[in-house]
Amino acid sequence: MGRYVIRRLLQMIPVFIGATLLIFLMVNVMGDPIAGLCGDRQCDPATEAQLRGDFGLDKPVWQQYLTYMGHVFSGDFGTAFNGQKVIDLMATAFPITIRLTIVAIVFEIIVGIVFGVVTGLRRGRPVDTSVLLLTLVVIAVPTFVTGLLAQLLLGVTWHVIEPSVSSAAPFGELILPGLVLASVSLAYVTRLTRSSIAENVRSDYVRTAVAKGLPRHRVITRHLLRNSLIPVITFIGTDIGALMGGAIVTERIFNIHGVGFQLYQGILRQNTQTVVGFVTVLVIVFLVANLLVDLLYAVLDPRIRYA
Amino acid sequence: MPETLKDTETTKDGTAAVPGPTAATMAASTKPEKARSLWSDAWHDLRRNPLFVASAILITILVVMAAFPQLFTGADPRYADLANHYLQKPNWSHVFKEDWFGYDVQGRSIYARVIHGARNSILVALVVTALVTVIGTATGMIAGYFGGLIDTLLSRVTDIFFAVPFTLGAMVVLTSFEERSVWVVILALAFLGWTQIARVARGSVLTIKQADYVMAAKALGASTSRILLRHILPNAIAPVIVVATISLGGYIGSEATLSFLGIGLAEPAVSWGVDISSGQEQLRNAAFVLIIPSIMVSITVLAFIMLGDAVRNALDPKLR
Repeated sequence: MGRYVIRRLLQMIPVFIGATLLIFLMVNVMGDPIAGLCGDRQCDPATEAQLRGDFGLDKPVWQQYLTYMGHVFSGDFGTAFNGQKVIDLMATAFPITIRLTIVAIVFEIIVGIVFGVVTGLRRGRPVDTSVLLLTLVVIAVPTFVTGLLAQLLLGVTWHVIEPSVSSAAPFGELILPGLVLASVSLAYVTRLTRSSIAENVRSDYVRTAVAKGLPRHRVITRHLLRNSLIPVITFIGTDIGALMGGAIVTERIFNIHGVGFQLYQGILRQNTQTVVGFVTVLVIVFLVANLLVDLLYAVLDPRIRYA
Repeated sequence: MPETLKDTETTKDGTAAVPGPTAATMAASTKPEKARSLWSDAWHDLRRNPLFVASAILITILVVMAAFPQLFTGADPRYADLANHYLQKPNWSHVFKEDWFGYDVQGRSIYARVIHGARNSILVALVVTALVTVIGTATGMIAGYFGGLIDTLLSRVTDIFFAVPFTLGAMVVLTSFEERSVWVVILALAFLGWTQIARVARGSVLTIKQADYVMAAKALGASTSRILLRHILPNAIAPVIVVATISLGGYIGSEATLSFLGIGLAEPAVSWGVDISSGQEQLRNAAFVLIIPSIMVSITVLAFIMLGDAVRNALDPKLR
């Protein structure tokens, strides 16, 4: 187990370096960070040279990358072009997005798995068909449409919730945005659980469990569900990273000042330090979540051993 | 479960597949030669699946709409008459008329705009899907077939592209272009989009390459390219086609999402995404300006997902 974890951590290093280098190159090579700094006008050459020197942009790209990564590992994510420390932006943005992601994941796990189990056990019945159609519709309608309509109806027309989230963003205000953020993944979790359950319900071990007289709920939770959860856990694990990065749309609709908001501003203003810094952290979250998922496999299925 | 076993074997006996011309169109690129294989079985199932028939009809209509919008409306999507300001609501009884869905804030016919908008949205989705399928299948096949160092390298590269959040990556690519034409949007979406197909193709090839017919081909001295293209590809492509069909719908949604964020296609281009993005400002007093193009996006995405679902069910022997 310990050796497996170490091997996986070592494997993560090239992916981490590659992904951060990729985003660093995309931001630096494809756009000119100085271009946006003087408003819509061109910077005068002296100012431009001064700025390039200050931000280290006159050095070759690989050198910029190495310097940047060196700083990151000593906890310095650099300074955004407007003078704010990127680490300060992160300190306010990440807690909000983490809360939003937690709400979304809780919805996925509870609602998604319950729906999946219920429909998987009743394949072909009306409940199954209607939930299945519902998931199709949820997947088909883009998140921003769901979000805008939910905000318009619940927030503006019926006044059930505040249409805009306050800057503190407590859990209570994040319930609707979290549901909107989770909606598409929720539908996928339902469908995955459903097909996995439907496949395993015919298996020998379930028949054995039923035959030896176990109560139905025990057969379902202990035997059927536990064996059916592996693909679902895999999906939810990769989704954590996607949700945090994909919250751009949801955060924009509900005016939440989290990671998505900062990234959106950073990308539009070509603020290299902000974008690369936030994406670096997102990549780490993504990699760690995937590692945790792999370790969870062994808990769910004891046949899987990590030597 | 003997039944399942038998089914699996029949499909894995794998002689290159083949149905009639209609099935060939549906199963994308596979051109089979012998009847009653996986593909002809699938086609047999599909014709009886109402979900498949419904989505196929819908997609045909949408593609015709994209190719020949003039068939559906004579109105010019760019003609703006401020007298027809968006407060003039849809005229639901005027089916197929210019004012069927009302007018947007600049007094342009929403009906004409959603019809003409189909072209850009569907073009983006089709080209992106074609690109990611080719790149992904090639990468996945090479990684899966050759294994070893090549596999490690290609798989790590795939992991790297997979680790960068999709929407973010597309946004970064888009902001670096002055002019955001359809081709730039296609590039932005395809740049990070191929990883899923690569993984699926690799997994599929890993199982196929152990098959007896591949060994037989090798023993007979077939060249690597022949084994890859004639034996592995036709047999490993089924899961790729399913994922590609479903992601086609996803790319329609992505195009709209980028436009919603204000960095996708921009005026004067006509696309559903552009209309949705300009419609959100009028959301409170004229929600239909946003809702109508959104419905078009949703219907299109739905059609492709249903098609992908139907194809998956037909190709998956476990569900028979």
